Amino acid sequence: MSREYETVIGLEVHVELATKTKIFCGCSTAFGGAPNTHVCPVCSGMPGSLPVLNRQVVEYAAAVGLATNCTITQCCKFDRKNYFYPDNPQNYQISQLYLPVCRDGKVEIETADGKKTVGIHEIHMEEDAGKLIHDEWEDCSYVDFNRSGVPLIEIVSEPDMRSADEVIAYLEKLRLIIQYLGASDCKLQEGSMRADVNLSVRPAGTSKLGTRTEMKNLNSFKAIARAVENERRRQIELLEEGRPVVQETRRWDDNKEYSYPMRSKEDAQDYRYFPEPDLPPVVISDQWLEEIRQRQPELRDEKLARYKEEYMLPDYDAKILTSSKKMADLFEETVALCQKPKKVSNWLMVETMRLLKEQEMEPEDMAFSPENLAKLIELVEAGTINGTIAKEVFELVFRDNIDPAAYVEEKGLKTENDTDALREIVEKVIADNPQSVADYRNGKEKAIGFLVGQTMKATRGKANPAVINQLLKELL
Amino acid sequence: MANIISDETIEYVGILAKLELSGEEKEQAKKDMGRMLDYIDQLNELDTEGVEPMSHVFPVQNVFREDVVTNGDDHEAMLANAPERREDSYIVPMTVI
Ligand SMILES: [Zn+2]
Repeated sequence: MSREYETVIGLEVHVELATKTKIFCGCSTAFGGAPNTHVCPVCSGMPGSLPVLNRQVVEYAAAVGLATNCTITQCCKFDRKNYFYPDNPQNYQISQLYLPVCRDGKVEIETADGKKTVGIHEIHMEEDAGKLIHDEWEDCSYVDFNRSGVPLIEIVSEPDMRSADEVIAYLEKLRLIIQYLGASDCKLQEGSMRADVNLSVRPAGTSKLGTRTEMKNLNSFKAIARAVENERRRQIELLEEGRPVVQETRRWDDNKEYSYPMRSKEDAQDYRYFPEPDLPPVVISDQWLEEIRQRQPELRDEKLARYKEEYMLPDYDAKILTSSKKMADLFEETVALCQKPKKVSNWLMVETMRLLKEQEMEPEDMAFSPENLAKLIELVEAGTINGTIAKEVFELVFRDNIDPAAYVEEKGLKTENDTDALREIVEKVIADNPQSVADYRNGKEKAIGFLVGQTMKATRGKANPAVINQLLKELL
Repeated sequence: MANIISDETIEYVGILAKLELSGEEKEQAKKDMGRMLDYIDQLNELDTEGVEPMSHVFPVQNVFREDVVTNGDDHEAMLANAPERREDSYIVPMTVI
């Protein structure tokens, strides 16, 4: 390529809020219901039905806005975005255009290249659409309105990102903020967080933005990274060939790793927004805003700093422990029970992370209790079980949330701390291994390792190696 | 008739509305739309200088519901309004593949 290009990226991120009910009606937002079982006249767009706003949606939206340094629009309104598509029974989506609930925010992201700030243009509240299943044989679509009216916030960034790394860092940042607030579980695969990528390229050093495309259907961080790289190259190639970039919406196919333009009919954007007459304005008083502010939990950055200071954890460890709300909660709850932050951190950092990776699980899917992890740590600390057995027991705690104390008792896994019994075994090992004994007495310190091993074998792994070591030294 | 709807406009509106109109229907729709716009144009005769745009008639604000599930499964009643149903889904013509 003859010239250097700069990639300019802005994101539109949709997040499904963790409310129990839909944004404008009392239907459940629960996943997995049979088709059309969470549907009423409001969310199926029946004429004459009236939407009534769910207060919790405003609270979550404002909480996310505060956590991303936005200005909260204390008098905000809803607007109708008109479009015809069968997933949208009203023929309009209730959204916010003129007075979105949050504006002018920013978050700090960190990549290998250092720290930078990404601006947030606005956050608005809106409703999700229903789900269509197309039947190409019958030339018809099945419509399920269970998701119709589920509350969303759309977070629109400024075009401040320059690489796939920055995009991922920004999304991770948003995900952690929103998860910590409890406003959503932000799972890309399950669609509770969705990102559309707006991307353009321009010759390095110029300031005029190039023509951008919008990329849809990005279902994982990896897919986003691949799509950004692919689209950046596609646009540069066009420009190099002297051809224009067409402003269009493209759909990413992650299996084939390429994108294609969506049909222009589908892409026709003329939403003819106008104020939603069925919903009166939302006024967020200073007092209400202050209440929301007071309820904000400790967020990731604060927690990270506190872990390093309060528990003296290294930066790396503190980052991993706070990289999911679930992990941080488990850490703190276990520490509260056993007062051993270093040990708890170790179990989570090493064994837990190993098992999560092995079983391709997300931290959010962990189901064991802090009580059982604390018990396991106590068992090791008290010398009741040794490290090897503890790891085996932990796998069961992780998998089935068993009570480790009861399990160790039941299976007879306690360390042989009965020194008299152990002494007999050690004496027998010494008698049976004269060569190693002679080596040790002749100054080959390492020979004692073999004798410890033999003793462990004789106790079927239940003895405490430190105690054996001590007994051997005493007897030799 | 002051408002003349062009062929391009009616074509475009048809795309937005996902409607396929015959030549005859297009001509009729152009006439109807022109007349509607003429009617609406009467509003422009009013002097609205200095009048704040209004989207709500009543001075009401903050009408909320609490986040409590109040609706149960009512799919039989809901689907009774469906133009066509199959199993527990509404059936519509396929719009886009
Ligand atoms: Zn409903």
